[in-house]
Amino acid sequence: MSKLLTVSPSPHVHSSESTQKIMLRVVYAMIPAMIWGIYMFGLDAVRIGLLSVLSCLAVEFLIQKYIMKAKPSITDGSALITGVLLAFNVPASLPWWIIIIGAIAAMGVGKLSFGGLGSNVFNPALVGRVFLLISFPVQMTSWPVTRMMEVDAVSAATPLAIIKEGIKNGIPVSQLQRLPNLSDMAIGFNHGSMGEISALLLVLGGLYMLWKKVITWQTPVSIILTVLVVSGIFWVVNPEMYVNPVYHIFTGGLMLGAIFMATDMVTSPMTGKGQLIYGIGIGLITISIRMFGAYPEGISFAILIMNAFVPLINMYIKPKRFGGQ
Amino acid sequence: MLKTFKIGGVHPPENKLSKDKKIEVLPLPKTVFIPVAQHIGAPATPVVKKGDEVKVGQVIAQSSSFVSTNIHSSVSGKVTKVDFSADSSGYPKQGIFITVEGDEWMEGIDRSEDLVKEISVDGPEIVKKIQEAGIVGLGGATFPTHVKLVPPKGMKAEVLLINGVECEPYLTSDHRLMLEKADEIMVGIQLLMKAMGVDKAVIGIENNKPDAIKLLNEKCAAYNGVSVQALKVQYPQGGEKQLINAVTGKEVPSGALPIAVGAVVSNVGTAFAVYEAIQKNKPLFERVVTVTGKGVEKPSNFMVRVGTATSELIEAAGGLPENTGKIISGGPMMGRAIASLDVPVTKGTSGLLLMQKEESKREEIQACIRCSRCTSVCPMGLEPYLLMTLGEKQIFERAENERIMDCIECGSCSYTCPSSRPLLDYIRFGKGKVGAMIRSRKK
Repeated sequence: MSKLLTVSPSPHVHSSESTQKIMLRVVYAMIPAMIWGIYMFGLDAVRIGLLSVLSCLAVEFLIQKYIMKAKPSITDGSALITGVLLAFNVPASLPWWIIIIGAIAAMGVGKLSFGGLGSNVFNPALVGRVFLLISFPVQMTSWPVTRMMEVDAVSAATPLAIIKEGIKNGIPVSQLQRLPNLSDMAIGFNHGSMGEISALLLVLGGLYMLWKKVITWQTPVSIILTVLVVSGIFWVVNPEMYVNPVYHIFTGGLMLGAIFMATDMVTSPMTGKGQLIYGIGIGLITISIRMFGAYPEGISFAILIMNAFVPLINMYIKPKRFGGQ
Repeated sequence: MLKTFKIGGVHPPENKLSKDKKIEVLPLPKTVFIPVAQHIGAPATPVVKKGDEVKVGQVIAQSSSFVSTNIHSSVSGKVTKVDFSADSSGYPKQGIFITVEGDEWMEGIDRSEDLVKEISVDGPEIVKKIQEAGIVGLGGATFPTHVKLVPPKGMKAEVLLINGVECEPYLTSDHRLMLEKADEIMVGIQLLMKAMGVDKAVIGIENNKPDAIKLLNEKCAAYNGVSVQALKVQYPQGGEKQLINAVTGKEVPSGALPIAVGAVVSNVGTAFAVYEAIQKNKPLFERVVTVTGKGVEKPSNFMVRVGTATSELIEAAGGLPENTGKIISGGPMMGRAIASLDVPVTKGTSGLLLMQKEESKREEIQACIRCSRCTSVCPMGLEPYLLMTLGEKQIFERAENERIMDCIECGSCSYTCPSSRPLLDYIRFGKGKVGAMIRSRKK
């Protein structure tokens, strides 16, 4: 018999799923929020977005090719996601060189120093963001004006910063000026980083990812519910000092963090139960920082801290075994 | 209501190309190679030698222990040699080569098509005849059926589950058998129930075979205690533990046999073989084999004599397509890729799948992105990504603690992995090592 046959162990068929397809779905899910950011912040947002993506791709390529001497994997789509997420997490007015530093921190330190895709412990985009926040606190918290503001304004405050100021100075919530109303915040007439301002569009992206089975419900739902419940308890006890819990859900990076950052497959737990623990942890740390910490916003730190617990969670939280224990 | 198993599972494209093709009797081959190990357990011992004349249905290799079984000649003719040749595993196995002369059957085998409904033997007699007739599980595992029917001390069978799931894509041999031999299968089920001493049997059939569900449901009306359970299409539902879980809701404990939850599972093909053995006095020497594949000219279901070479079946289905890259004995999820067309059909061969060149290569392996799909599809609730790493890094004690031996090798993890990682390859390696570790501990 002359015909040469392939012999390999089963299974002999493979689903049509691929890493690249999953990554692309995440990118699709980010498009609504991206368009909104560009609409609100104009060309600044385009500039930051492009710079961030290109720098992330370039850093990954250069490090893989010249330092790791490996085949560059920039086409798998993961660097693209990090680039977009990093841009989502900074003010659109950030100087160009700072975002490049952010990309180096995100890709170089956050991802490739661990060995690249799949090996990193911390969410790379958040490593970049927190690095920038600590290194360039002024630029990272100078929020650009949006098209919705009066023309003479030069800078704006995020709702969380306003609330934090209020707590610091003992001003009751009811007397806080300039706090946008809830529906404006939900839709995205709001100040903040370019990708975080529209809670609704982020939720839309999240629903798409749920439908496409890119993420599971456990992580985002447990984060949001924990924040809602804890801030709700404080609010019920003292509504003059603490804001309505719904504010917490719609402000800052909560939606962005809960839907797009905490759900990062590489850095979140493998089981549904583990994801619930992880999500509750993120929720608790976030709300603690927001209420009692030095920073107005806490979800980035919360996710990074819980990232560090993921290996431990995976070690102890096992899926339900067939046939019991 | 449709039932299914509770943990994991995947749904690969079904591709049942041959589901409407009636079972055809394959013309007799010129020669056969009948391996003496066609079952799980000890190989049978050859009792014929070169030059012997044999008849169809004659014992040519004798069962060598309790977990073993007889091998019968599938043809009449002359034994040319008793020698080694590769079976579907790729390894040389001992077997008997026979040159076919005519088609002379052993006396006493009822070759008529008449249905014999009346059961005239008692339970122990049925078990004895099943053992003599060389019947093994025809779903693919080929475990000797008589062993299953005698529960270990202190255990009692409560229900007989008949496996008509056929969850492997492409395969249709069980489907066709249910449609064409429904009455015989029903009598076979009665025989198995009598042998086990149970009064309840459930036939599990996936919902992609509505004609079989309907037909067997109608037949069940005439028999007490037998019913059909329609099941949601979900691979690997044909796995013994998954089928038990789907039908009864019970979970067979880790490391235990189905009898631990009072169940015994038999394939529809096995039930048919039991009917033939007892009512027709015909030992197991032929079976239904699906020959299929996207490039196959005539996807077919054949009644094939054991020992027939793969090449004969492919010829009958329209010949070997030019761009065939891989030939699989069995289904695409759990079947074995064979290296040669000389590999014979054995009792466990449910199908031959011819895959085209472009389907035959695996995709490039990428880094694990910890998406947890493997964990969520694992029907045993294991963590394939972890077991793969433990296998790869040879950390076998930990692998044992993570229940690597529970793996049923269904391949759902490798199938679903977006990074095309060879999860099951490394898990199999790990299982081999852990299994050896456990055996050496027992000594």
